[in-house]
Amino acid sequence: MAKGSAVAIDIDISRRLGDRVIAARFTAGPGLTALFGPSGAGKTSILGMVAGLLRPDRGHIRIGDRTLFDSATDLPPEARRVGYVFQDGRLFPHRRVRANLVYGLDLAPPANRWMSLDEATRFLGIDHLLDRWPQSLSGGEAQRVAIGRALLAGPEILLMDEPLSSLDAARRGDIMAVIERIRDELKLPILYVSHDRAEVDRLATQVVEIGE
Amino acid sequence: MLSAEEWGIVALSLKVGGLAVLATLPVAFGLAWVLARYRFPGRVILDGLVHLPLVLPPVVTGWLLLIAFGPLGPAGRWLESWFGATLMFRWTGAALAAAIMALPLMVRAMRLSIEGIDRRLEGAARTLGAGRWHAFRTISLPLALPGILAALVLGFARSIGEFGATITFVSNIPGETRTLPLAIYSALQVPGGEAMVTRLALLSVLLSLGALILSEWLVRRTHGERQRRGD
Repeated sequence: MAKGSAVAIDIDISRRLGDRVIAARFTAGPGLTALFGPSGAGKTSILGMVAGLLRPDRGHIRIGDRTLFDSATDLPPEARRVGYVFQDGRLFPHRRVRANLVYGLDLAPPANRWMSLDEATRFLGIDHLLDRWPQSLSGGEAQRVAIGRALLAGPEILLMDEPLSSLDAARRGDIMAVIERIRDELKLPILYVSHDRAEVDRLATQVVEIGE
Repeated sequence: MLSAEEWGIVALSLKVGGLAVLATLPVAFGLAWVLARYRFPGRVILDGLVHLPLVLPPVVTGWLLLIAFGPLGPAGRWLESWFGATLMFRWTGAALAAAIMALPLMVRAMRLSIEGIDRRLEGAARTLGAGRWHAFRTISLPLALPGILAALVLGFARSIGEFGATITFVSNIPGETRTLPLAIYSALQVPGGEAMVTRLALLSVLLSLGALILSEWLVRRTHGERQRRGD
C-alpha cells in the first residue's frame, strides 16, 4: 500500500484575483512541503491552481514527469491525480461515510489505485464510522474520512489546506500523527497550507514562504 | 359517487396534467440551472420570459398559443408539415397550455434548491476523479432532488387547475379538452348542474390539497432525513 515514489514538484504560477496577484515559484522533493504565510496571502488559491480548480494566468505545474499545466497544457482536475483535503472536510452530505470513501476509488483506473478500502479504514481508524452520515461525525472524524477519501482516489500528491484549523487541541495531535504517517509510511508527497508556526515546525520537510 | 362522465373528466385532467409536468420537467430544470448558475447578457430577459405566464392574464397566454400553434402560426405549420399533427382542439394542446402555465412555478422551486447546493462539493468531486457530467449526476442532481420533487407536485397541481389559457387555446370539447375546471364552468351554465359542480369542486379541492401536502411531505422528508442524520 505504500506509495513510495520520489516525485519532484515543480511549480511556477501566477494569477490575478481582483487587484491582487497570487504568485508562487518553488520546487519540492518528497516529504511534506509547507506553504507558510499569513491568512489572505493566497495559499488556498495556490492549492486550487495545483488541483485544477483555479486556472493560473501563466506558468507551469509539473509533478514528476507529468505536466499538469503550462502554456500548452491544462489538465482537468479529474485527470491530475492530485488529492485534496479541504479545510472544512467537504464530505458529500447525501452519502454515508462508506460511499464518500469509495467515491474516488470507484472512479480511479485499477492501475492507479494503491490503497484498498480496508487498508484505508485501518490506517485511519475509521472502520466503525462506515455506516454513519457525514453530519453525525465530529470534526476529527470528518477530517479522517476526508483524508481517506482523498487517498483512496489514488493520488500522486496530496494537498492539505489547514486540515487542523477546525479541531480542538487533542484532535489536532491525532490528525498530525496521521499526517506524519502519510508522509513517512505511505511516502506520499504533501503540499500543506498553514499559518501556524508550531504545526509547520513539527510536520514540514521543507518550508515555502508565501509572502504579501 | 361519480358518474362515468365525471370519471372521464378526472381521467382526462390527470392525463393532461401528467403529460404537462413530464414534458416541462427537463425544460424547467435546464432553465432553473442556467438562471441559478450563470450570469450572461439577456439573463434578466430570460428570467422575465419564464415568469411571464405567472403575471400575464391567462387568456392572453392562450391567445398567443393560438397565434403560434394555429394552422397559420409558425409552430403550427411546422408541426403540421413535419408530423402531420396539430395541437389545436386536442388534449395535447391542453397539456401544452398547462405546461406553459406551470413552467414558472416549477422553475422557481428547482432554482431555489439549485442555489442551495454548495458548489465547492462539485470541485471536491472533480479532484476525486469525476468529470463534469459525473459530478453533476452524482452530486448536484441528488442534492437538488427535493426541489425537483416539489416542482413536480406543484406543477401538476397547477396543470390540472389551468382554465384561461386552455379554454382560449383548445376550447372546451367534452372528452378531448374538457378538464376539471372547464367541466365545472360548463356545469355552471346548465340549469340543474349544481350537484355536478359540487362534486367536481370538492374533487378539485381534494386533488390540490393532496398535492400541497405531498409536496410539503417530500421536502420535509428529504430535509428531515438530513436533520436526523445530524443527531
